[in-house]
Amino acid sequence: MKIGIVVFPGTWSDRDTFYALSEVIKIESEYIWHKDQSLNNCDFIILPGGFSYGDYLRTGAIASFSPIMEKVIEFSKQGGAVLGICNGFQILCESNLLPGILIKNKNLDFICERSFLKVNNQSIYSDQYKQNEIINIPISHGEGNFQLDKYNLDKLEEEERIIFRYSSETGDETEIYNPNGSVNNIAGIVNSKGNVLGMMPHPEKASEKILGGEDGKRIFTSIIENISQNV
Amino acid sequence: MYNLETLKELALTVPEYNSIVDKLEREPNELELGLFGALWSEHCGYKHTKKLLRNIKSTSKLTITNAGEENAGAINIGDGKAIVMKIESHNHPSAIEPYEGAATGIGGIVRDIFAMGARPIALLNSLRFSNLENVKNLEIAKGVVRGISGYGNCLGIPNIGGECFFDSCYESNPLVNAMCVGIVDTDKILSAKAEKPGDLLLLVGAETGRDGIHGASGLASQNFEETTELRSAVQVGNPFLEKLLIEACLEISSLKGLVGMQDCGAAGITSAAIEMAKRSNLGISIDVSKVPTREKMMTPYEIMLSESQERMLLAVTPNEEKEIFEVFDKWDLKCAIIGEFIEGNDASVYNKNNLLSKTPINILTEAPEYDLEKIIVDFKPKKHSFTLEKKYISFEKQIIDKYLNKIINSNNIVSKKSIFQKYDHHVQTNTVIEPGQDAAVIRIKGTEKMLLFSCDGNSRYCHVDPKTGAEISIAEACRNVSVMGGNPIAITDGLNFGDPTTPRGAYELIETFKGFSTACEKFDIPIISGNASLFNEGHDSSIYPTPIIGVMGIMNNKNKIPSLGFDKIGDSVGLLGKKFWGSTKGLSGSEFQNIISNNSKGELSFDIDYEIVLQKQIRTLVDNNLLESAHDTSLGGIIVALIKACNFNNLGVEINKLLPEDWAPAMFGEDQSRVIFSFQSKNKGKISKVLAGFDWEEIGIVTSKDIIFKNITFETDNLLKSYNKGFSTKL
Repeated sequence: MKIGIVVFPGTWSDRDTFYALSEVIKIESEYIWHKDQSLNNCDFIILPGGFSYGDYLRTGAIASFSPIMEKVIEFSKQGGAVLGICNGFQILCESNLLPGILIKNKNLDFICERSFLKVNNQSIYSDQYKQNEIINIPISHGEGNFQLDKYNLDKLEEEERIIFRYSSETGDETEIYNPNGSVNNIAGIVNSKGNVLGMMPHPEKASEKILGGEDGKRIFTSIIENISQNV
Repeated sequence: MYNLETLKELALTVPEYNSIVDKLEREPNELELGLFGALWSEHCGYKHTKKLLRNIKSTSKLTITNAGEENAGAINIGDGKAIVMKIESHNHPSAIEPYEGAATGIGGIVRDIFAMGARPIALLNSLRFSNLENVKNLEIAKGVVRGISGYGNCLGIPNIGGECFFDSCYESNPLVNAMCVGIVDTDKILSAKAEKPGDLLLLVGAETGRDGIHGASGLASQNFEETTELRSAVQVGNPFLEKLLIEACLEISSLKGLVGMQDCGAAGITSAAIEMAKRSNLGISIDVSKVPTREKMMTPYEIMLSESQERMLLAVTPNEEKEIFEVFDKWDLKCAIIGEFIEGNDASVYNKNNLLSKTPINILTEAPEYDLEKIIVDFKPKKHSFTLEKKYISFEKQIIDKYLNKIINSNNIVSKKSIFQKYDHHVQTNTVIEPGQDAAVIRIKGTEKMLLFSCDGNSRYCHVDPKTGAEISIAEACRNVSVMGGNPIAITDGLNFGDPTTPRGAYELIETFKGFSTACEKFDIPIISGNASLFNEGHDSSIYPTPIIGVMGIMNNKNKIPSLGFDKIGDSVGLLGKKFWGSTKGLSGSEFQNIISNNSKGELSFDIDYEIVLQKQIRTLVDNNLLESAHDTSLGGIIVALIKACNFNNLGVEINKLLPEDWAPAMFGEDQSRVIFSFQSKNKGKISKVLAGFDWEEIGIVTSKDIIFKNITFETDNLLKSYNKGFSTKL
């Protein structure tokens, strides 16, 4: 199996994600340039973090119109697994592969910190976690405040598509543990088919002990194992 | 004939103008005068510091570059890799336009690093503001922090450390010093040179606009009060474009057509191209009509002196440029060949076929060199003695608590988390120790090495005694690295001073360099790069001399890095150094002195030889994995060091000592060369062995809460709350 990491102009967590996959988890990965016309037979596509196209206009907005996104949308419609991290989540929302929008953090500032997340393990991206396990993964964004209308939010909740929520170290989900103001403490969601995950925290930054923790690694290993079984 | 107004705008003096005429044996034309203004500016020409810089240790067996000869300094770290680093200031632009001033400061220093073929892997910064209670200062501080955040985060370079300090001497003169670190294979370091006549001069990146004209000469080289109307001299940054430039320039760095690379920064194409030619011992010919411009009808003068950001100049082998163009095209970057290197010593500027100026490069680049010693012949520095009033000696818990609370709530002492949180410090997945500790630590992928960085300075000490203050600045930056186990191997410095043409300004510079000279020789550490920002004079005052020291240390990744604070209840606590308690002399230039008198005075005491041994000792302890935590005492004295150590894991400490009657100097004296460490009691024997013959003592034990001395207890609950609450005003 092979993982494709899409590089837009302004992307910067492409190299970190590549390192986590190829050096830490040791699985074949390659970069896919935004002007490319093919996903090069990759089995799993990652849209990494960064400031694609400088985040000009709206975060993720310009990237959603780049040539490669046509292929990514097509791939996901056929059931292909797509993970959007941070800016990648914003691109997925702008491409209508995920509902909702990510607006400026509630405090209007960029936030970089280690955030605690409560996991819903009912997805191909999270089934190596325990249900309600608290994990620690860094966030790093200025616009991670997830917002969605009530009807669709209720639907997300009902269909158990909220995979990660901000919480305290002990699982407390009150407002002070919500770093950016996201509705219902949402940090990551999947689409209705469950093959597309968007999340603001950076699992690639939490994949090695020397960096302060490896809680993020299981997101990659969960999805890799699930895909391997089907390939 | 010259016009005084023009000379003033260019920051050239009448004698300097006359010297230009003498050397050229004719009057310069308008364009030439602009070139001289740029190249003879303090920023490019180092008129007042060149002589002093020559006496500073700038090489070691590990250095690869000679200081000042390239865009930044490079040092060999083994495994075929080199680290490239430099500090640069953006003080005046940040004072006028805080967000863009600070943002473009980051942009500039990052370009210096990748110009050498190195991938930028870390940013640090050192910020100085006046009191936040004043709305104007608060707005400057907010803008600067957001400018660094906005620009740096977009580039994907972790901002791993630094410091932020407040003193009223920075009223209307904030300081913004940014440091960038890059990594490159030693055999792939690029030089800012061409090889031979015929090499092409290629400009890539942003289009050239009218922004930033006279930035180097106007903003960075005159007294600040004359320059408030120079707003258009501040550039606007585009970090997205810079990110593309980083990737594209690193991609072409291994192509055979690429000969050299140079950042187009202060003084724009003028400084970049002419300095490249000078380094190559070649002449240069530039055609301004080839330069892509942002605005119509730009004059050759404007094109040559524009400081538009995000531009790089490249020397390229003729007929080999195709591959380079392809890479820039891939990244959607505009580039154009704007000239070529030629035989001889002339810089010729053309507009199509019209020759606009032809000037000998050796004259353009030989800025006058001023001997500051001549300025201080009759200068006697004022000495201010310092004695402590009686009321700070009476031993009453209430009074002691009152001052302890003032100290721990000082913006200089409180946690700076609210700043660090605005900077991405995890990107590139190398950050082992995050900002907020003595030094930041990153691992180097593919090696067994870790690098430690500290960016530090103490201007109050430098005000009290510039020479000793400079020694302490270097020692303390090195100590920050040593307490975590790193061996300091290279320094980059940011010199922020007042007007060097006044006796006081000249004296401060000369004395600082004396201190640097002693410290670098004794520590056996070179200053491999740096920046000078002079003329930091406000409407009625000068800043304190503020040398900022960026130091790099190296260690093996097998070592356990001691934490900043106490880790486990029951661990033993030790002191490395002569005396646990501070002294009255230690209050000179201290935070406590400033709180009670709003002044910095007295005399400093520092034994650099002792300090060097102390730092070796602490590194040996870390090398042997004997320490759980280690932290040096600095700002706020021993009590603040203990509070920070307790804060790390929300613990306490019991110290088997009596707080002396003269509690103020004892608690708050900032006497140098003291390190508090904690260790597992089973390691005491081994520690004693390592430290045999050196000053150390076991002073207590880690407890669950509070700082307990034999005769007095300070409850930690409120102290830690105050410390963690951060700045007095939301920054």
